[in-house]
Amino acid sequence: MRAWHFTEMPYPHYPQDEPATRINLPNKFFDPQTGADLYNRYLDEHMIADELGLDLMLNEHHQTPSCMDTCAPLTAAILARQTKNARICLLGNPIGHRNDPIRVAEEMAMVDCISRGRLECGFVRGVPYEVYAANTNPTYTGEKLWDGIDLVIKAWRKVDAPFNYEGRFWHRRSINVWPRPFQAPHPQIWVTGSSDFETPRRCAERGWVFANFLLPHDKVRPLFDTYRKHFVEHGMPGGGGLAYMPLVYVADSDSEADKGAEELRWYLTAPKAEPHFRNPPGYMPVIANVKAMRATQGPNERAARTASLDWLRDQGILISGTPDNVVKQIKRFYDLVGGFDHLLMMDHAGFMGHERTVKGMTLFAREVYPQIKDLPRTTPLKVASAAAE
Amino acid sequence: MAGEELVLVGGVELEIARRGSGKPLLLLPGEDMLEADSAFVAGLAKTFEVIVASPPGFGRSARPEWLTQPADHAYLLLSLLKKLNLARVPAIGCSFGGWIAAEMAVIDNDAFSRLALIGPYGVKLGGPTESDFADIYQLGPTKSAALKFRAPETMKRDFTKLGDDELGRIARNLESFARFGWEPYLHNPKLKHLLYRVTAPTLIIWGEKDGIAGTDYARGFAKLIAGARVATVADAAHYPHIEQPDTVLRQITEFLGDAK
Repeated sequence: MRAWHFTEMPYPHYPQDEPATRINLPNKFFDPQTGADLYNRYLDEHMIADELGLDLMLNEHHQTPSCMDTCAPLTAAILARQTKNARICLLGNPIGHRNDPIRVAEEMAMVDCISRGRLECGFVRGVPYEVYAANTNPTYTGEKLWDGIDLVIKAWRKVDAPFNYEGRFWHRRSINVWPRPFQAPHPQIWVTGSSDFETPRRCAERGWVFANFLLPHDKVRPLFDTYRKHFVEHGMPGGGGLAYMPLVYVADSDSEADKGAEELRWYLTAPKAEPHFRNPPGYMPVIANVKAMRATQGPNERAARTASLDWLRDQGILISGTPDNVVKQIKRFYDLVGGFDHLLMMDHAGFMGHERTVKGMTLFAREVYPQIKDLPRTTPLKVASAAAE
Repeated sequence: MAGEELVLVGGVELEIARRGSGKPLLLLPGEDMLEADSAFVAGLAKTFEVIVASPPGFGRSARPEWLTQPADHAYLLLSLLKKLNLARVPAIGCSFGGWIAAEMAVIDNDAFSRLALIGPYGVKLGGPTESDFADIYQLGPTKSAALKFRAPETMKRDFTKLGDDELGRIARNLESFARFGWEPYLHNPKLKHLLYRVTAPTLIIWGEKDGIAGTDYARGFAKLIAGARVATVADAAHYPHIEQPDTVLRQITEFLGDAK
């Protein structure tokens, strides 16, 4: 099991009673001085995480104070140079929204070289409201993701001669990515998914890591089972693995842990999007929209927003407590979902200060990590059952 | 829509419904597909055989992946007219269907004897920071409905009372409208330069309370087609033929009557 430090680099200093914050909160609420301090503080904390032996995960969002990391490749480039050992997982490049897969291939190859092969290269379709910031036609986001990844990988792998590409979404001539990645043939690919079973299937077939975020364990299990099943059926292509992101806070006492957990919960309650930004037409399949029209969808989100810390912990969305208690929670979740390989920890959010952030990750690194590091890598289902027989 | 049939054109199945009898008239519905069983079409059906054709991606019409813009719809629908042996028919295009009808007239100016466009999208008249159309995707369905309809509450459909098929079609209509209208937003940048090709007498009908685009847009659109007139409809928004069917029927009958 590998553990990853993660924060969305929030800018929480805006009026918290604003009814909607994603997409339309005017940027007059951003004070550049405060923002500069926060950027530098967050980068410092990534360097501390590196020194503590944790890996680093980055993501990006746009037009929202919940995430100042609007250009994750820039952050990855800084960390490639300023950290020593951590693997840097960019999860991920919103390749459909970026609209220039070759540029992404170049950026990622550069980060991989500067970090001497520490890049894990993720790709995401992007959450629904990202289509408004990027103005991507929502009916194409899925296809653009897969076409984009294929083009990036082709650009990395085709090392002997330039090639032309005339596809559905992009046309380029003489593709010849300089530099190529440090890792051969290219960094491990990661992709996220939250409900569609097609995504874990495709990831498994290709030996990519499949990740999901903040889902209750009973929703995670079938996705992870799908991944394992197809991993075996496709002859175990090698690489890959499963990743899950909960909120994580570790403290010396339950009351301190709850204080940290409450601050992390800001992420579930504060960033608000108007309902139509959460479901642009064509983002979800028709069948899901039929259900949504009958208003039978979305109980999870509502539940997570208003839920108690105990409920969040029971679901595995939050993992918090004293070190031994946190180890227990991780192992319980591991068993409930059939095992996983990467614990992506949102261990900072909202107003959590520097001291509390570092305290939590230090305690995790020193007292929790050693107890979970050797949890076996996920074994494909058929192999597991064969071993049991 | 009831009584529909499917016609194969260019490998794409298109849904049509026929209403009434008489001289044929093509009707291209709007993106919300409210026309087929409306009082407006029932009124037209007293004098015409109204052929309501669901554009590709709407109703039960297929949506091939290669189809990305209303000019593509236009080719298929022109082929549909050929297949149905309809030449120089009067046509009514509503909203998104009006945009398609305009594209058809640009490609083949013999297709229509008369062209009535009710609240058509399709051209951009303002500059980059002047939106010709209210941004329904930014506003969301509730605020958009208030711009589209004079009395949006009367147009509300009770989704709990509709079957999966019907709800699925409504969801797919919304999806298709986004596919073809998201960017460039509800217009084809080339169309305004090509509308000079339209030679059929053209009437543009516009609801005075339309919050999606105003009568200035209607007049700007009309200027692009030689001889085109604008008729406005009081107490109606973006779908005047749905909200004030009698008024629009009168306007249309008079306009089509001129043809005789």
